[in-house]
Amino acid sequence: GARIREGDCAVLKRDEVFKAVSVLRRRKIIFEKQWFYLDNAIGHIYGTTFEVTSGGSLQPKQEVEETPTETKEAGTDNRNIVDDGKSQKLTHDDIKALKDKGIKGQEIVQQLIENSTTFRDKTEFAQDKYIKKKKRKYEAVITIVKPSTRILSTMYYAREPGKINHLRYDTLAQMLTLGNIHAGNKTIVMETCAGLVLGAVMERMGGYGSIIQMYPGGGPVRAATSCFGFPKAFFDNLHEFPLSKVQSLLSGTFTTETLPAEPEENALGEEESNGLGEERQISLQETEEEPATEAPMEVNPAEEQDTMDIHAEDVEFKENREKENRENVREKQMKQWERRKKLKEAAALLRERNADGLIVASKFHPTPLLLSLLEFVAPSRPFVVYCQYKEPLLECYTKLRERGGVINLKLSESWLRNYQVLPDRSHPKLTMSGGGGYLLSGITVLLEQGSSDCSTSEALQGEEPSSKRCKLQDLPC
Amino acid sequence: MSFVEYGDTIKDGDTAIVFLGHESMFPVKVQHGTVTQTKYGVIRHSTDLIGKKYGSKVTCSKGGWVFILHPTPELWTMNLPHRTQILYSTDISIITMMLELKPGSIVCESGTGSGSLSHALIRTVAPTGHLYTVEFHQQRAEKAREEFREHGVEHLVTVTNQDVCKNGFGVSNIADAVFLDIPSPWEAIGHAKSALKAEGGRICSFSPCIEQVQRTCLAMEEYGFTEINTLEILLRVYNVRTISLQIPDLGKAAEDNSSTGFDSSSPSHQGSSCANLQQGTVQFKSGVPLREVVGHTGYLTFATKS
Repeated sequence: GARIREGDCAVLKRDEVFKAVSVLRRRKIIFEKQWFYLDNAIGHIYGTTFEVTSGGSLQPKQEVEETPTETKEAGTDNRNIVDDGKSQKLTHDDIKALKDKGIKGQEIVQQLIENSTTFRDKTEFAQDKYIKKKKRKYEAVITIVKPSTRILSTMYYAREPGKINHLRYDTLAQMLTLGNIHAGNKTIVMETCAGLVLGAVMERMGGYGSIIQMYPGGGPVRAATSCFGFPKAFFDNLHEFPLSKVQSLLSGTFTTETLPAEPEENALGEEESNGLGEERQISLQETEEEPATEAPMEVNPAEEQDTMDIHAEDVEFKENREKENRENVREKQMKQWERRKKLKEAAALLRERNADGLIVASKFHPTPLLLSLLEFVAPSRPFVVYCQYKEPLLECYTKLRERGGVINLKLSESWLRNYQVLPDRSHPKLTMSGGGGYLLSGITVLLEQGSSDCSTSEALQGEEPSSKRCKLQDLPC
Repeated sequence: MSFVEYGDTIKDGDTAIVFLGHESMFPVKVQHGTVTQTKYGVIRHSTDLIGKKYGSKVTCSKGGWVFILHPTPELWTMNLPHRTQILYSTDISIITMMLELKPGSIVCESGTGSGSLSHALIRTVAPTGHLYTVEFHQQRAEKAREEFREHGVEHLVTVTNQDVCKNGFGVSNIADAVFLDIPSPWEAIGHAKSALKAEGGRICSFSPCIEQVQRTCLAMEEYGFTEINTLEILLRVYNVRTISLQIPDLGKAAEDNSSTGFDSSSPSHQGSSCANLQQGTVQFKSGVPLREVVGHTGYLTFATKS
């Protein structure tokens, strides 16, 4: 199996809570109110469960036989259980003392059980629940898993839904399927979901084919993409193209010479700080509602490195600054040249107008995006648009019908229900997500020159039969 | 054309989808000299299909016309000949993601059934992965083999005709993921475990009844699977309609137009709804749920071998 290596992108898991981190030595990680170092995890197989021991080091958890197989004593109902707040004989200070002594979580749980006067009177199910709850609190075990779309999309939806426009993981799953994303495709992706949708598409394409990412502003955001830990080769056929140049590309006036000479760093910085500001607000709101909210996700190592370099430069190498500046200018010119070359490649790919699919999941109104970007897609190819809200997709649906060149339009939403399955205690989970967004999907067809496809057989049998419309209007009053 | 690679033009031997209109389509095997009947008239393959671009409008003999679409696993799912109950794309999508499938994945599946999920799995694991699918019904196994051949994906799939509960998947320590859609999945959990790679993988079992799920979960726990998680996914489809609601006559219109609360000149009403005071109606766009929808397909239980 794959082993955890230094520099890897990994995901920490505790129960249902995830956190993406980069595996670095001597680096303190805070996760679920605990701190530890990942040093000892290096070399172990992904999927290994660790215990946090003293000094924040991780030790692989030994499989232990469940101990409470003593005299099983349990009540049948709760008619005599009174909440007097005194059933636990250990005080808060006692528990803290146990913890400070470095006693294993397992033993603390055992002590709590022994010192609970009501435990024996609880029903077997209630005892089970009590133990599970205490274990969760005192037995600090974390599993280190390999990142995947499953894990990262679940993590993002739980931790930072605002960054991904509340795109729930089952909705993302629908997009990948409806879009027929697979190896060999030439896919156009327009997203403002921190690069999560891009990463999901890259995973499904496995490095085969090409992706053109359309981006707003100064550059594409790929914070989530970097959490996947893709091999370098996956980025060879990943292209990017600025949204602001789409019109000129479609009208044939596009040249790379007209490219505004924005320094990449600035543009990226701006985009990221915007995202962060927004995020801070959101996480503040969340903390108010739910005090147990996690610290924001791990910054990716590259970003961290950058800020550290700048800091060091400020303090130590002030005198070398001018020289460095000159080098920077040269470097910037090189970067600019590279960027132009890449832009030309992306433009050429789009100009062929033969993409195998279009995936849109952004904070922008979907209609103008669709009307323009569909021009780059070949006939008989699927497209999928995500929107957090239904109404813009209603309009998009109408406008696409007016434009023509699309069939099989479908507006949908998926519902997800999780279940607790235990002997004699199976039921749907108490809470479920209220909404995971909406999708509009369809298939492109050859658009006949000069005629809008309003009179297609599809339109006749599709949207609103005129007889029905009459009925609605002719309702008796 | 193949189900794992797009092609531009329709060729002899292709499987194409004839699209007649909303929710009305069927697959056709393209063959020189063959004709296909539709309600809009005849399609002659040699002249009307072969050499044309996928996505073209094809005029039939009676003057009506249809679109010819490139096949995809999703279109196939909607049009395939049923030999069993099948899995639809909504369940398939979450199965694919939760099993962490991608190019190169090795997957075991049972039963093959009508091959609805199989086509989607093959599409996702191509070009370097493989599907081992087990079907205990000999005719169905044979039919599936034939379809995979016709669809140009036979190199990506091995169909085995045996009982997965008794004889397993016919492979061991090879799979990244296992999928079970059989009446008694708990009897196949042991075989599933040995089919999965030694270093681990993912499993999913699909069952319509909760009792089946309970037995499966117990078996999974017994065999040391972790992260056992049961879920259900449902699709809500909306029809996009323009709705007109009448404004009730409260006797106010004559006195003061604005008191109806629908000032047609206000910009807030120009987007989604518009009021027509003369006719006494307000129009708006709505996504209307279908009158009847699928309320339950099956429970999906996922777990990890680690």
